[in-house]
Amino acid sequence: MTLRHRRILEGITRVRGMRGAMLVAADDGLVVAEALMEGIRGNALAALAASMVKRLGLAGVATGIGEVRFLHLQGAEGAMLVMPAPEEMVLVAVGEADVNVGLARLEMLQAVRGLT
Amino acid sequence: MADDVRAMTRELARDPDSLVFIPLGEELRRRGQLDMAAKVAASGIERHPNVADARDLYARVLIDAGNPAAAEDAWRMALRLEPRHAGAHKGMGFLLFQAGDLDGALDHLETALSADPTDATIVQALQTVRAAAEALADSPPPQERVFAGFDGGGAGVLLADERGLVLAGTAQDASGARTSDAVAAHVAGAAREAERTARLIGLGDWVSIAVEGPDGHLHLSRPTVESVLLVKRDRSVPPGRVALLAQRAAATARQWLEAGNL
Repeated sequence: MTLRHRRILEGITRVRGMRGAMLVAADDGLVVAEALMEGIRGNALAALAASMVKRLGLAGVATGIGEVRFLHLQGAEGAMLVMPAPEEMVLVAVGEADVNVGLARLEMLQAVRGLT
Repeated sequence: MADDVRAMTRELARDPDSLVFIPLGEELRRRGQLDMAAKVAASGIERHPNVADARDLYARVLIDAGNPAAAEDAWRMALRLEPRHAGAHKGMGFLLFQAGDLDGALDHLETALSADPTDATIVQALQTVRAAAEALADSPPPQERVFAGFDGGGAGVLLADERGLVLAGTAQDASGARTSDAVAAHVAGAAREAERTARLIGLGDWVSIAVEGPDGHLHLSRPTVESVLLVKRDRSVPPGRVALLAQRAAATARQWLEAGNL
């Protein structure tokens, strides 16, 4: 993980309620960089997040909204946020159920800009 | 009119076999004296069991009294006695229209009109039923109208089962082409992956998936454990409002599923 990637991910994990963030290769779902709390299986999460973006991208085209720009999976006990990033990557963040999604999204947008 | 009733009653008292009971019963029915009208009709049928007009009168009294099943029996009996009885065909047309059988209603009303081309009420009834049949032919199938009460007439709301098959609603792509089947397959697949992801990273049961695209928002939720609901709105609708709309649509979907539409 490069220093730049580390800084970008740390910006996201500083949001209250965030459990971690990672950069994933969009194509094959492999981890590029991660800053996750212990207990979260990064490899599997990366693969599933990339797959969900692909599948929902197809749904986006089929419904006319276009490709995925931001994805928010809300669970009863937590949330996963995903945003496409440059260089064929996706930025994935995992947080508590009551994480401030609006704030996290802004941090993720800033992180993506930092990768450009 | 009171004189008419008195005169007809006197006539019937004088000659119990008279067919005057038919106009008498009809007049009593028109006045809303349904018990009296029913008695007159029933005793008339007793004396004249093979007179179709008597059965027709009795059926109309029964309809006014809120007993369509018995009225149907009476009209069917009238038609056995007189297969081209206009009044009985008109009555059967009315009953079938009420039951939603528009083709059956049209058949009876057309027969009624051919039997009595001078009856303006049959012409009017035919027009009503034909208009309803045309409206039905122009409207989408019932499963596409489940979300019709939502803004946009329910467009962009789709309910799929866990296997990716469309249950209700519709979806369209940017060109306006129907894409319901493809969307149902994609969202069911996404729902399965959401479930695995949520389990893997300890998110608990997944509640919703919100997707932002350049030209709109998607919101997925689970009205029931076996179904996935997709709501799509364009960029002019903020994501929070899309989520609220999705909650309402999910409640509608649950009611529809619980009503036995799965």
